[in-house]
Order: sequence, then C-alpha cells, then structure tokens
Amino acid sequence: MSKLLGEADVVSQLSDGMTIGIGGWGSRRKPMSIVKAIAASRLCDLTVVSCAGPDLGVLCAAGKVRRAVYPFASLDSVPLEPHFRVARQAGRVEDVPFDEGMFLLGLQAAAWRVPFLPTRAGLGSDLMSLNPTLSTVRSPFEDGLELVAVPALRLDAAICHLNVSDENGNAAFLGPDLYFDDLFLRAAPARRFISVERVVPTADLVKEAGTELRLRVARMMVDGVVESPGGARFTSCEPDYGRDEETQRAYADSARSVEAWRDFWRSWA
Amino acid sequence: MKVTRAEHCIVALAECFRGDGEIVANPIGTIPMIAGRLARASFEPRLMATDGEAALIADHGAFSWPAGRTVEYYNPYRSMFDIVWSGRRHVVMGATQIDAYGNQNFAAIGADYSVPKAQLIGFRGAPGNTVNHATSYWVPNHSPRVFVEKVDVVTGVGWDRAEAAGPAALEFFDLRRVVTDLGVFDFGGPAHRMRLIGVHPGVSVEQVLGATGFEPAVAEPMGLTRDPTDEELRLIREVIDPEGLRHRELPEDRR
Repeated sequence: MSKLLGEADVVSQLSDGMTIGIGGWGSRRKPMSIVKAIAASRLCDLTVVSCAGPDLGVLCAAGKVRRAVYPFASLDSVPLEPHFRVARQAGRVEDVPFDEGMFLLGLQAAAWRVPFLPTRAGLGSDLMSLNPTLSTVRSPFEDGLELVAVPALRLDAAICHLNVSDENGNAAFLGPDLYFDDLFLRAAPARRFISVERVVPTADLVKEAGTELRLRVARMMVDGVVESPGGARFTSCEPDYGRDEETQRAYADSARSVEAWRDFWRSWA
Repeated sequence: MKVTRAEHCIVALAECFRGDGEIVANPIGTIPMIAGRLARASFEPRLMATDGEAALIADHGAFSWPAGRTVEYYNPYRSMFDIVWSGRRHVVMGATQIDAYGNQNFAAIGADYSVPKAQLIGFRGAPGNTVNHATSYWVPNHSPRVFVEKVDVVTGVGWDRAEAAGPAALEFFDLRRVVTDLGVFDFGGPAHRMRLIGVHPGVSVEQVLGATGFEPAVAEPMGLTRDPTDEELRLIREVIDPEGLRHRELPEDRR
C-alpha cells in the first residue's frame, strides 16, 4: 500500500495553528522542498519545533511562524540564523527556548506518551522563567531532589528528510547521524511525512543502506512519502550531496531587507 | 621562533584538562580544540575527543585528517547526552556575556527577551552542561562588553544561580576556569566570584582589570601562563594545527 504523495498533498493535510516538528539539524538534512511548499501556502500561525536551521528561517521570512520551540538556530557555516534573528528582533515570533538535551526529552516523552520526563538540565538557568511550559517535580524517592519536568512535545505533524525509503515509508539515513528524526516521527500521532532522495523496492532497502542498522524509520511511523531528489537542498544530505554554501550565503544575505528576501525567494522557489 | 599569544592561550586552555582522565574533552572553537588535542597528545593521554560530527577519534589533528580518521566510538547527537548526563565530559564553551559568578549568555542580548536587541544562537546545551559536568569558558575578545556585572540571559549556570537552585543543580556542578586572550580566571574569589589567577606573557594585571566590567578577585601572587615546551610547540605547529588556524582566530597583530 503505497504512501507516495507530493509536497502539495502534505500541505493540504496541515492547518493553521498546528504544531509542526521538523527533523534534521541546523543546516543538515532539512526537508526543504516541503518547507518551501508550506512557505508558499496560505497556512499561518504555525508553531515550529526544530533543531533549527533554514527551515525555521524560511518559514519566519514567509510569515508563517507564530511560535518557535527550539534549542538553537544556526546555519552551521553561518553561525546565526539570519531570518529568525530578523523575526525575533522585530518581536514577530513567540520564543519558547529549550536546552538541547531537554528538547530530546520533550520529544521522547511525547513518543512514549508520558506527560513529562525529569532532568537536571535547566536548573538555575533562565529557561525556568523564559519557557512557560517548564515546571519542576520532586523525586518521590529518598533523595527528594527537585528536578525539571520537561513537558511532552506533542506534534500535530512531523516532517523529515531521509536518503532512501520504499513506498510504504520504511526509510534509512545514510549520513553520519539520524539526529532526532525517529523521535519527531514518533512524537506525532498522525500526519507523519518523510521526503526522500529516492524510493526503492523494499527488497533493495538493506542493499541501499549497506546495513540494516541504518533502517531506523519503520512504515508504522510514516503516513506519507514524498520522493524528492535534492529535497534537502540547500542544506546538506550526506552522502548524496553536501551543503550548497553559495545558495546558503545568498539566503543569509537576503535577510537584510524585505526586497532582498523577495528576490531570493523568486530565484530559489 | 617566538611563542605567539594564540599559543599561550592554547597552553592555558590545555591546562584546564590536566587531571581529567578518561572523559570526553569537548572544547568548542578553534583555539580550544587545538588545546584539547594538545592536552591529550602530551600530559593527559586518556582523554577522548570528538571529530565535531558523530565520532570520537584518536587522531591528534584538530581539523583535518588527510590519512583518514581513527574512530574510537560512534557518537551521534543523541549519544552526546548520555555522555553529558553521566558526567564524563569537560566542555569549553564560548560566551557573548559572562558575569562574576560565571553565568554565561549566548542566547540573546537586551533587557526584553521577547524583543531582543540581538538574537543569538539560543540556549544550546549550556543549561544541561553546566549542572552535569566540568565546564570552562574561552573568550577570545576580553572586554567589558563580554565581562559584565549581570548577563541579560542566563544560559550556562554560574555559582550564585546553582546555589540558589538547590542540591540537584549543585551535585555535579563543576565550573572550572575562564581563559581569555589576556589571562586566566578561576572561581576562587569570595562566594565563588571570578578570580584572576594568571596573565599571559606581555599582559599586565591592570590591563585585564581594565577590560573586565566587574571587579574580580585577584590572586596573590599572580600567575604567568607558561611557555609551551619544545615538544608541545612542535605538536601545535606541525601535528595539531599545521594550517595555522589558531592565528586566524587570534591574529598576532590584533592588539
């Protein structure tokens, strides 16, 4: 039972105000073809949950983001995400900051269907006052320690880009790191989408991946598959392609004015 | 050949790892990465080190491995938190602002977080790092804009905030040193305030105090960053950083 669809079909299943988790990391393996389709759509008021790079930046520049839930925003080779900065410094985006490990626990809690997971991360920092979703919890055991309760980051939709899959949604990452992609897909009860460089028969998956250890996304975690060669560009998708630094620089430069962004958008989209 | 300021900073940062044993030395930034490699290649051989991506590697080179990497462990993003939360790590982070108690900020500048004057990278791993394992800082541009009385946002936790947050924050809190292009601080001042313990050759105590936006404690007698040994200098120049990236981060003619 094929789950193949197009970027427009993904967008048609999203609605205003949804909380959308986006996989990848910084400017690495981001599902940019779907991000682009969202940016071009009429959707608005989205909450974006992401180890953020240009996914968050593009959606901010397109005026789609009401709230950002993120541990960092960076383009890697450009340290700060320029379009996110513009939106934040204009007060256009509500900011829900996370520590990176805390972010992992929020996704994990949602994936395990528990309301929170405890951690030391956050204690003493300004996260406790700046992120209104955080709370503390006292250990019921002898130690009685007061820890941070990281709330489950439940997603209305999750979108990731992988290297290869079959048409049912079994997928593999071929680069150095899966990042939190499987957790994003598990943190959403429905509307779980992947884009991939190529779709192959199920019988070829292990051969494509080199080892079954890379088959980390199962079809029960996926509702739709978009075959999108180059779908992560201009971010990297190792080993299929590295980051397109020239396009990324043009993207970063386009944060200087609304006109510059429009020009970049026209040539990129 | 004359030892450069960057090389003295490398020695001072490498010394931060002395005695750490079999943990991940995770210095972030060009000069700190060279320093971590130097510590392992000389006096702290049991340290483990990342390739900056998803592996711990045995190689001495800090930035490139023309002969290929020697991978010791597969360490994807998620595994890093197993290391952080088990405490077997010493991180060296940067800081856009840092205060007398070692509170660090690299998330945002400005009084109103909802509309910052400057949005920076975010909290990254700083809150979790600082309450779970050894933390030091590297400031390549020591100035009153960085060393402030009060940071705008607390990302990495300092002594006063850790103490106020209670035993779960203090249990593994281990704030070590702040190394800058001018000198070295620890937190041995009254109530764990920052204390100047050493200056680099060619820097005066007055110069450091003038570049610091709060009043740190001052150690007596004042230390002086040692020269690298001949072998350390060879390692830095020929093995760890043959491309000389250290002088791109800290040019010799900058000040």
